[in-house]
Amino acid sequence: MSKTYYDPADLRKFGKITEWSKDLGEKFFEYYGKVFEEGALTAREKSLIALAVAHTEQCPYCIDAYTKDGLQRGVTKEEMMEAIHVGAAIKSGATLVHGVQMMNKVNKLDG
Amino acid sequence: MATKSLKKRESDLANSNKQLDILSNGIFKNGELPTFKDKISETGQFPLKAKKLEILQINVGYMCNQVCDHCHVDAGPDRKEIMTRDTMRECLEVIKNTGAHTLDLTGGAPEMNPDFRWFVEEAAKAGIKDFIVRSNLTIIRANKKYYDLPEFFKKHNVHVVSSMPHWTRGKTDKQRGDGVFDKSIRALQDLNAIGYGMPGSDLRLDLVYNPSGAFLPGDQTAMEKDFKKALKEDFDIDFHNLFAITNLPIARFLDYLIASENYEDYMYSLVEAYNPSAVENVMCTNTLSVSWDGYLFDCDFNQMLNLPVNSKAKHISEYNEELLEGRNIVISQHCYGCTAGAGSSCQGVVA
Ligand code: SF4
Ligand code: SF4
Repeated sequence: MSKTYYDPADLRKFGKITEWSKDLGEKFFEYYGKVFEEGALTAREKSLIALAVAHTEQCPYCIDAYTKDGLQRGVTKEEMMEAIHVGAAIKSGATLVHGVQMMNKVNKLDG
Repeated sequence: MATKSLKKRESDLANSNKQLDILSNGIFKNGELPTFKDKISETGQFPLKAKKLEILQINVGYMCNQVCDHCHVDAGPDRKEIMTRDTMRECLEVIKNTGAHTLDLTGGAPEMNPDFRWFVEEAAKAGIKDFIVRSNLTIIRANKKYYDLPEFFKKHNVHVVSSMPHWTRGKTDKQRGDGVFDKSIRALQDLNAIGYGMPGSDLRLDLVYNPSGAFLPGDQTAMEKDFKKALKEDFDIDFHNLFAITNLPIARFLDYLIASENYEDYMYSLVEAYNPSAVENVMCTNTLSVSWDGYLFDCDFNQMLNLPVNSKAKHISEYNEELLEGRNIVISQHCYGCTAGAGSSCQGVVA
């Protein structure tokens, strides 16, 4: 057994998940592939969204994959960092906006 | 950013046998990845055979004013391999008699060959349809004696193909050296000023994009759109087409891959992106590469790996179109670079 939870080489084996559940796995990859095709959004825009979400999800595989994908599409490091800030802003915003819930509760209990 | 060639640094990897060793051992030897031969055999495409010659690519010398990190030629100011006028004369004989429609001069920086202008003047007389010079752009601004190159190219109706790694200064200078971006922009503006690359102009100016690191090029059409938009908006520069070229794992790029521990991942990326329909049109099937000393190779990459053509005619002086047509191409694992994704050649994608 590997001694760590994450092994970079495992990313290459992602496709193997179909081996233990062919139908669902194949459907997932078909869907996944479709999502990233050029559509109303460009493939480049989707790649940047994926990079931001990869960070909020804190998935090391996705971070590796979409950093490389961005480089391949000519995305600059400034663009990548800004995209991550968008993710971070939403994450922290989502935390802080719950502060209103806390305030409501305090006001109700201790108002 | 390197300042010396691998050869000058007496690096192991300056030795082509050492490079071929690396490409044949490790993950390819232990079966983790299929060899190129096995891969193309799956679709019955082995052996790769040369078709009718269309492009004659001549490397007039490995000397260059730049020392780019990724250079597959291992070119630089310290490389002394330069084509002589005698060898050029032998090439001219072939140019005059060949059925090839494209003549492609490369290097190093071809302009640094002292007989470069003479050669262009003579070759232009042969009336070949498409006469390409691969110019690195900065050479045009490197020294006063090169300032008139755009005019010279125009006079001989040369098709200029130039490398431009990115539309931003940071990414360009990282790969090619400080100041390269500004000089390249200035050179492109000079070329535009006399009509090169302008919409509808017959003076062809194409750009070559190759990635600045251990990743593959993106979609050529999308990249071209991004390049055009950025260069137009920021610098009012026009050009015709962008060729997206994959870095092949040889010479300095191989050195970089190994040093940065990206070699295995890069080879995996290449093999994963393998596209059998690109195999049909890899450039060695219609191109012949001539080295500075007149020897014949299937492509510029094989030239750098010292893998000579598999034919009785091994030198430009023994050139024989019939003998060379149908020859088996000499392959190794670096060939995966030509068949990844939409494929890659000196003219961009092939599939
Ligand atoms: S990549 Fe081109 S410009 Fe750069 S060192 Fe090599 S030959 Fe010269
Ligand atoms: S590296 Fe050369 S020989 Fe190999 S496929 Fe590419 S062009 Fe052909």
